Amino acid sequence: MAYKHFILVCGGTACESCKSGALHDNLVTAVRQNGLEGSVQVVKTGCFGFCEQGSVVKVLPEEAFYVRVKPEDAAEIVAEHLVKGRPVDRLLYKVGAGKLSSIDDIPFYQKQFRIVLRNCGLIDPENIEEYIAREGYAALEKVLFTMKPDDVIEELRKSGLRGRGGAGFPTWRKWVFSKDVKADQKYIICNADEGDPGAYMDRSTLEGDPHSILEAMTIAGYTTGATQGYIYIRAEYPLAIKRLEIAIGQARAAGLLGENILGSGFSFDLELRLGAGAFVCGEETALIASIEGKRGMPIPRPPFPAVRGLWGKPTIINNVETFANIPVILLKGGDWFGSIGTATSKGTKVFALTGKINNSGLIEVPMGTTLREIIFDIGGGIKDGKKFKAAQTGGPSGGVIPEQFLDTPIDYESLGALGSIMGSGGLIVMDQDDCMVDVNKFYLEFTVDESCGKCAPCRVGGRTMYNLLVGISEGRGSVADIDQLRTVAHAMNKASLCGLGQTAPNPVMSALKYFGDEYRVHIKDHKCPAGKCKALVTYSILAEKCIGCTLCARRCPVNCISGARRQTHVIDLSRCIKCGECYDACKFEAVQRG
Amino acid sequence: MDKIKLQINGIDCEVEPGTTILRAAEQVNVKIPRLCYHPDLPAWAACGICVVKVEGSPKMLRACATPVGPGMKIVTHDPEIVQIRKAVLELILSTHPNDCLRCPRNGNCELQKLAADFGIRQVRFEQRVAQIPEDDSTKSIVLNPEKCVKCGRCAIVCQQMQNVWALEFVGRGENTRLAPTGDIQLVESPCVKCGQCSAHCPVGAIYEHDETERVWRALQDPERYCVVQIAPAVRVAIGEAFGYEPGTVLTGKTYAALRRLGFKAVFDTNFAADLTIMEEATEFVQRFVHGKGDLPLITSCCPAWTDYMEKYAPDFVTNFSTAKSPHAMLAAMAKTYYAEKMGIDPSKIYVVSIMPCTAKKFEITRSKEMYDGDRPFVNVSLTTRELARMIKECGIDFAELPDEECDSILGNYTGAGTIFGATGGVMEAALRTAHFFVTKRELEDVNFMAVRGLEGVKEAKVTVAGKEIRIAVAHWMNNIEIVLDRVRAARAKGEEPPYHFIEVMACRGGCVGGGGQPYGADDEVRRRRASGIYQDDAMSAKRCSHQNPYIQKIYAEFLGAPLSAKAHELLHTHYQNRPVYTR
Repeated sequence: MAYKHFILVCGGTACESCKSGALHDNLVTAVRQNGLEGSVQVVKTGCFGFCEQGSVVKVLPEEAFYVRVKPEDAAEIVAEHLVKGRPVDRLLYKVGAGKLSSIDDIPFYQKQFRIVLRNCGLIDPENIEEYIAREGYAALEKVLFTMKPDDVIEELRKSGLRGRGGAGFPTWRKWVFSKDVKADQKYIICNADEGDPGAYMDRSTLEGDPHSILEAMTIAGYTTGATQGYIYIRAEYPLAIKRLEIAIGQARAAGLLGENILGSGFSFDLELRLGAGAFVCGEETALIASIEGKRGMPIPRPPFPAVRGLWGKPTIINNVETFANIPVILLKGGDWFGSIGTATSKGTKVFALTGKINNSGLIEVPMGTTLREIIFDIGGGIKDGKKFKAAQTGGPSGGVIPEQFLDTPIDYESLGALGSIMGSGGLIVMDQDDCMVDVNKFYLEFTVDESCGKCAPCRVGGRTMYNLLVGISEGRGSVADIDQLRTVAHAMNKASLCGLGQTAPNPVMSALKYFGDEYRVHIKDHKCPAGKCKALVTYSILAEKCIGCTLCARRCPVNCISGARRQTHVIDLSRCIKCGECYDACKFEAVQRG
Repeated sequence: MDKIKLQINGIDCEVEPGTTILRAAEQVNVKIPRLCYHPDLPAWAACGICVVKVEGSPKMLRACATPVGPGMKIVTHDPEIVQIRKAVLELILSTHPNDCLRCPRNGNCELQKLAADFGIRQVRFEQRVAQIPEDDSTKSIVLNPEKCVKCGRCAIVCQQMQNVWALEFVGRGENTRLAPTGDIQLVESPCVKCGQCSAHCPVGAIYEHDETERVWRALQDPERYCVVQIAPAVRVAIGEAFGYEPGTVLTGKTYAALRRLGFKAVFDTNFAADLTIMEEATEFVQRFVHGKGDLPLITSCCPAWTDYMEKYAPDFVTNFSTAKSPHAMLAAMAKTYYAEKMGIDPSKIYVVSIMPCTAKKFEITRSKEMYDGDRPFVNVSLTTRELARMIKECGIDFAELPDEECDSILGNYTGAGTIFGATGGVMEAALRTAHFFVTKRELEDVNFMAVRGLEGVKEAKVTVAGKEIRIAVAHWMNNIEIVLDRVRAARAKGEEPPYHFIEVMACRGGCVGGGGQPYGADDEVRRRRASGIYQDDAMSAKRCSHQNPYIQKIYAEFLGAPLSAKAHELLHTHYQNRPVYTR
């Protein structure tokens, strides 16, 4: 019996937090109450990516795209759309005045190109058959029965795939290192220790398409001669962990993991290892230490893990997104993959788009897409019509990119040239209200907190830089501080042991390069133009503009604005907490920030 | 394998494969500055001071941890590198108290030397020193976390070299500290007080519990009769504090210095080492020849090792020699035999031991057998380092001192007594005497070369009266489990033990490399100190403990025979199961 309709309910973490679980259950109930269980299937899928608009529901075959759906909307969707054949207009996603019924019409999706996220939002990640129906495990079968390890490497080489964890090392080369080492045991590790603030590419991939990772890791095992794999995932990702556990169980039951896979004679098995969420454990040698039960601290390379890694054995460590590309590359060919992207960076890149942007969410675009396309076409521009100030790629290891570089095609090299990095895919957008000193402080606080404490440049240098920023943001800065920042940044960059410390100064360095004036205003004029650095900000009310509407006084959370209706209001500065509520509230530009 | 050709600062050189950049540079007379690196330990690569440029590498590399490759072109010093090193050094100094004048490491601190070499005149960065209290809970080793530069040496020594796992990194980021695992007091941890952490610490963050003040007070006290003894390994290392080469035998000058400090009698632990051998060799003969007691017999003169055994290997309690360590025996004899002979009230006698060891500070109160009633036999145990400071404090021109003799009747020793200071020495000394006890004949060649040297585990077979004795010598505690596991494996199978006699010393090289010895020991220094010890042995007129006329006399006049009731009362102790945690 074939279903006539499919209701796809996003089961990603963002939509789950908008109660998509209850929505799913209500839809199932409504379908049953209407006697439609034979013709309508309700599927909980992985992330659609359009997290800003959750919970997201898609009905097939009409491709009706419902957004901001609440659990209580379930009955209406079933009664109207499925019983009566009338899509629920009020829930359909709309742009401007027009309404859109198909996902392909939505600007958020138009410029995207999905390889990694190919199954996210389409299949039930807890059902291996749905993965198989979308050519899942076909690459593994092809590899096991028709390809030699060298053939796999050759396809990867042609594809030009580079590591998506941030550094962009050619994947095929890493695999060759491991393949060429003779060892009684080798390992494959999937690095799912995603830790950048605001980044959730890997989480969504694992939640939405866990089998793609298992398949790719098995292929890596076959290619390099490893029989055991580990997925190192942070314990804060319970949904991804649950879905991986289900996927591993299903794959084992289906003979796709374990002894003698598909009768090929090749054996490979996988286990999960939960990390405690230390950012540094995303660094591969620290990650290995953590799996071995040691404190997560990096060790010097070489030797690289591909040669001597987990328990001293050759170990391939690739990031989730890197692995997710591999089955597709092997099915469609390296040449196909290599035709996407720029000269040096092939394929696509997934970004988690956050910050002051209209369409927060998870996107996948071909390498070479410009920041402008990502932020304005896909992202729908800056919130509340404000002005774009900068975008930060690479999370706390990246740099800020100002407006004049918005048309740079994104790839590993171009971002590096701008003083940022590709990173793992966090993309945070800042507007005119964001202060560079404040943003730099935020990221440095993160890296200072997450430093493992092993090497002196990172352990001491990070805190020294952070305290200098605090001083600047509180009006205690001096011009000499800029020199100190540069000196420490240089030492951290050159003498830190691992990437965390080497890249931690990047946000500050890029801000000094592109927003040096903003720093100087903080230091010399003791002003914060964006109004973020509270110690440098005072609010006052201009008598000639104030009409005495009382709005500011009513908004003030500490009741420090006094004044009767139709009379000039006054702020009691001794009690003002500088939250800026009055400034935002005033419709007459009477509240001044200085 | 062929040597690797490379260029360092434009100078061609050739080194063995696997050589690090740091080592290779030494071959072209370039010293790359370093702080966390120590030749005993695997490179931890923490400090970031030794960074160098390698042509073709976008990043600077750590010279301590990077092996050279063929054709490498390395720059070890240029203005940028020096600036970076200086910045890193200043960052480290910005979290260090920099109170050098009041620091136990003043004058021999590796950080101080680096700052001097770099000409640091100011620290540009904000000074932030964590306020963390000292841990003096063991009364052997003091942890001063404020001075810690987080080089990691102590933890690596404690875990990888000594297998004790008392110290670990705790905290994260700027709050990272080296502390007892679980952030408890050191005395609650499995610490065995070997002091290798203190010997490897580059700064004043870990040092011996200083008791020189107590000794000064005792020396001033007219009511006290202060006597002193020096351990075998002290005489070949103390000179390093006065500009001598490691291994220079300075027994006579040390005696002279001790007299000038005010000690009424100067004894030598080597004499008691001869006494230990009499007891231990007899014990061995009892077990090996007469089957009375468990084999293998395991030596027990190292207090860090006995502490380790009670905590980690209590299944070997019955294998231990019950003989006290030499300095404990000497103190017992000083307060009984010597007191009696000299007509001195034993309660007035104050025994100070000069030891290469921090664990001896713990040993003197470790069990009731260490006490004469409620007074400890040994009143204070000082390290070699503390003695050197006392000598300096007293203005004694050590180099110009005459060679003096020790005081009879607890001073004269044989070559067997002196070799106790090096790994293998106790075994060798015991074999010399055991051979005599079993065969009643003297050895023609007393040298047992197989047990000498820095190999971690040394095994040999010795034939005595037609019977084969299988022996093992282990030092630097990580090697001990290897030997014990072999014994355990045989036990599990119900087989005869693989060894009859095992010698264990906790520190690398034995007591010459002890945790209380002058700073800067590496294998070369240990070898030279050991060769001083063997030279002292070779120069001795008598080289077997049983030949020592004063030993013969003490048994004849006081103790009776080895393992007699009196010997048991004064010269023996016992051990028990005291696990701290299981591995």
